[in-house]
Amino acid sequence: MDYLNYLRREKMPHIWCDGCGHGIVLKSILRVIDKLGWDKNDIALVSGIGCSSRTPGYVDFNTLHTTHGRALAFATGLKIANPKLHVIVVSGDGDATAIGGNHFIHAARRNIDITMIIFNNNIYGMTGGQVSPTTPTGKRAATTPYGNPDAPFDISRLAAAAGATYVARSTVFHYARLDKYIEQALTRKGFTVVEALSPCPTSYGRMNKEGTGADMLLYQKENTVTLEKAAGMVPENLQGKLVVGVFVDKEQPDYLAHYQDVVTKARAAAK
Amino acid sequence: MTETKLNPRIFMMQGNSACAEGAIAAGCRFFAGYPITPSTEIAEVLAKRLPQIGGNFIQMEDEIASMGAVIGASLAGVKSMTATSGPGFSLKQENLGFAAMAEIPVVVVDVQRGGPSTGLPTHVSQSDVMQARWGTHGDHGIIAFCPSTVRETYDLTIKAFNCAERYRTPVLIMTDEIIGHLSEKVELPDPATLDIIDRWRPNVPPEEYRPYQMTDSDIPPMANFGEGYRYHVTGLAHDETGFPTNDPVKVEQQLLRINRKIERYRDLIVEVEEFETKDMDTLVIAYGATARSAKKAVTQAREAGLKAGLLKLKTLWPFPDKEIEALYKPVKKIVVPELNLGQIAHEIEWATRRAKPVIKVNRISGEPITPAEILTAIAE
Repeated sequence: MDYLNYLRREKMPHIWCDGCGHGIVLKSILRVIDKLGWDKNDIALVSGIGCSSRTPGYVDFNTLHTTHGRALAFATGLKIANPKLHVIVVSGDGDATAIGGNHFIHAARRNIDITMIIFNNNIYGMTGGQVSPTTPTGKRAATTPYGNPDAPFDISRLAAAAGATYVARSTVFHYARLDKYIEQALTRKGFTVVEALSPCPTSYGRMNKEGTGADMLLYQKENTVTLEKAAGMVPENLQGKLVVGVFVDKEQPDYLAHYQDVVTKARAAAK
Repeated sequence: MTETKLNPRIFMMQGNSACAEGAIAAGCRFFAGYPITPSTEIAEVLAKRLPQIGGNFIQMEDEIASMGAVIGASLAGVKSMTATSGPGFSLKQENLGFAAMAEIPVVVVDVQRGGPSTGLPTHVSQSDVMQARWGTHGDHGIIAFCPSTVRETYDLTIKAFNCAERYRTPVLIMTDEIIGHLSEKVELPDPATLDIIDRWRPNVPPEEYRPYQMTDSDIPPMANFGEGYRYHVTGLAHDETGFPTNDPVKVEQQLLRINRKIERYRDLIVEVEEFETKDMDTLVIAYGATARSAKKAVTQAREAGLKAGLLKLKTLWPFPDKEIEALYKPVKKIVVPELNLGQIAHEIEWATRRAKPVIKVNRISGEPITPAEILTAIAE
């Protein structure tokens, strides 16, 4: 495939740092869309604020860069108003689960037919490396110079608990797995979530002495454990491991399917 | 709303219902909201009505999400509205600014109640009128209407949608608890007679489309998502193509345009109503629920031989400065009753350059201002 068919070339170079994993996620999204053969006119890519949220500016779809944390709210209106659109939200860990956490759990509960791809780099990159809801306890960030006193969210388990139809997590190192999960998410009806673990060497890696982008990818390679394997491991052995896999994959009516029942009843009542 | 037997266009209706019906008549087919007193009836009516007529109602998780959802729906080409009151209006401000910046037509209703904070949820106020003008960060024009009857609520809601579409901007309806909950007999116009305006659409091939083009009208044509015009929408400062820019010339060009596009059409947007203004020596300026007391006070003043007149503001923003300018010079004083501590009175002092004494009649207790209190100020 030719990635340039999907990129707004004149908007390059992108803002992402050397060694950032976000470009790998973007390529994965584009590969899957190319494979699915979707018309670019039918795709809306929506984001909030942050490094990952700059993605829409680079791709040749209907693109909407909204306010911090609110991408899902805008995307919900877009999807309801034009259900033919494939609505994809790209978000970061802070955007999705701190300022946008309420919209995240409610989009999952509502099971609106939107795919959300969360670029989780465990840090606020755009603003210079502040602690995020997925920064592990004890790790350093610009606003936790003595180590993070907070416990992190497990984004995939949060989405699963809130009712999403499909939830999966992959590292960017295992990009083939990421492709598979994004394809499954895009082809399932309902609220689907892919959490892509994406290294941030510039902020997170530097402050926590985790080396270059390449070093961080190697860490992913050597410390990834599948859900199936993790199920047989004791918690102590899972320390520092990246658990990947499909957390939820089920069939359930999406929001608009339920709303069709509302329409039927409303029309009958109006007669 | 209760339909009468004799004329199917005559109803006993409350202001909030008239707002919902006006929205439907204007073509609104998407509403996102969150329950808040005293605006909730607007959501309840639309929850019932919209699915009957091919529209969508959704109760979102909060006010912020409601504001985001209506912007998203409008971007897909569906006329959209949300309704709220004080605390919710505060929460909507950031995304309201987004709609102003990205030039997305939406209508936002604020049924004003007492503030600050949770304030007086079930009591009237007019204390959000300056927030309507300056509530978001940054400089942008805004349009705000203020009805004082049930029928005006209906008419101004239609006008709000028409202005949102014509000028590509968010439009506010600053009604209040009294007007929202006031039931009056109204005769609604035949929908076929209404003048309904839809957004100006591009007629160029997609590759030539510039979503924020500098046009003679200052209003760029708007393409809906999904119709073949793939473009970028952002709250960042952007150029004509819609993509972010830090170029100071381009940034300022666009920001000046979004301010200018409201101001240059102010004559089409501003509506006022005069009552007994000939030969007056006292000008009463009022709006919303307070305009009803003011009209009564002016009637009583005339009966008592006092030469009072009323200018009722149906548009608050852009401010009706020219309409005030045309009236105030012969009068001895201006009386401004309002349910805040003088928010619009301050604007009137500015518009009249303090050439006349402005007598403020204010109340922030949740009670309305009575005609007698305004009459006292007229007689003083």
